[in-house]
Amino acid sequence: MLDKIGIAKRIAQEVQDGSYINLGIGIPTLVANYIPDGLNVVLQSENGLLGIGPFPKEEYVDADLINAGKQTVSMLNGSSLFNSAESFGMIRGGHVHLTILGAMEVSENGDIANWKIPGKMVKGMGGAMDLVASAENIIVAMQHKSRSGASKMLKECTLPITGINCVKKVVTDMAVLEILPQGGFKLLERAPGVSVDEIKEATEGKLIIEGEILEMNI
Amino acid sequence: MINKVVKNAVEATQDIQDHMTLMLGGFGLSGIPENSISALVDMGVKGLTCISNNAGVDDFGIGLMLQTRQVKKMISSYVGENAEFERQLISGELEVDLIPQGTLAERVRAGGAGIPAFFTPAGVGTEVATGKEIREFHGKKYLMEEWLTADFALVKAWKGDTAGNLIFKGTARNFNPLMAAAGKITIAEVEELVPAGELDPNQIHTPGIYVQRIFQGSGYEKRIEQLTISK
Repeated sequence: MLDKIGIAKRIAQEVQDGSYINLGIGIPTLVANYIPDGLNVVLQSENGLLGIGPFPKEEYVDADLINAGKQTVSMLNGSSLFNSAESFGMIRGGHVHLTILGAMEVSENGDIANWKIPGKMVKGMGGAMDLVASAENIIVAMQHKSRSGASKMLKECTLPITGINCVKKVVTDMAVLEILPQGGFKLLERAPGVSVDEIKEATEGKLIIEGEILEMNI
Repeated sequence: MINKVVKNAVEATQDIQDHMTLMLGGFGLSGIPENSISALVDMGVKGLTCISNNAGVDDFGIGLMLQTRQVKKMISSYVGENAEFERQLISGELEVDLIPQGTLAERVRAGGAGIPAFFTPAGVGTEVATGKEIREFHGKKYLMEEWLTADFALVKAWKGDTAGNLIFKGTARNFNPLMAAAGKITIAEVEELVPAGELDPNQIHTPGIYVQRIFQGSGYEKRIEQLTISK
């Protein structure tokens, strides 16, 4: 099984040189720490910053410089600033290549639910609906099962949907799954110490297994 | 030159009335009109509809106006980290319209730019699409969203001049320039107000045409919600 850092490290392997990337809150934010040296990528923050730098040293903390998770950040050489309409223009316009975000449920046809639990969580969708409706590649970081052991890899989402037919790949604590254009979770890799049978058991949606499934290399 | 300069937030906001619709700039607590919010709390104006990406925290930003029950309705994209907000929402004291952040930004932009509606892919297939026109363009579905305007827009900039021109700093820009254009009356508070001619016209983010009143604010707290540092 992978911990959160393991999931972030595995997703970092998906990052391609020269891409512009939006990282969601939580595990996706950690991905930035594990992007392989030598790859040139630019991180976008939807509140109006391209080129997110590391957290600032204490003496450079600036209330006017935060990321979409409201954390204080820094800028890099080549960073740029813009307003929120411009920011979502670059998202919807397809200029941001990769979106990495968390989820509560994913379905076998690539639907994602991550913004609302009726009667419980009323925080809002923030930029998630715009991001999942627009990016050409969407990778989800999440736990395979709920705390009570119920699968989060479903035939159909039970929670309110954030976007439809949009998720391309899911990296969980148990597996790497590709969502096929015709539907179905194709098992690509299994986490260290996790068997194919355990993944079958934990996946409610259609699971497609072809040939030998190798363990992740992290 | 048209005189836009007012003394302070109290003078700038004095004709804001009960049941009006306001836009308030800012993302989280970054770039919020701190002085104007304080003035509204002191004034006690009620039944407001507030269009703002977030609703502040319990004891700062729009959170202060929630504590005093001045807000009837919020139009926002994300309202987490605010226990009083959640309480009022669940008890039915507060109406909330949650809309995708990019849609919110574009609806405000459209309001300022005279575009009554537009089509966006955000929210297709979700409860956000309920009751909205869906149209297909080049094989992909989009939903129609309408512009937003307001009686007053309250914005915060870093520097401004007496002609109403504004310059923002860092990510405190966010929704501020969009809202400045979408308010029937826009009140800009700035950290530093200078005479017209002192700001470089090449650097202006919001041209003065959008700003009806401007004042130099004071006592900025500029709170940080999530202090993250590296050693």
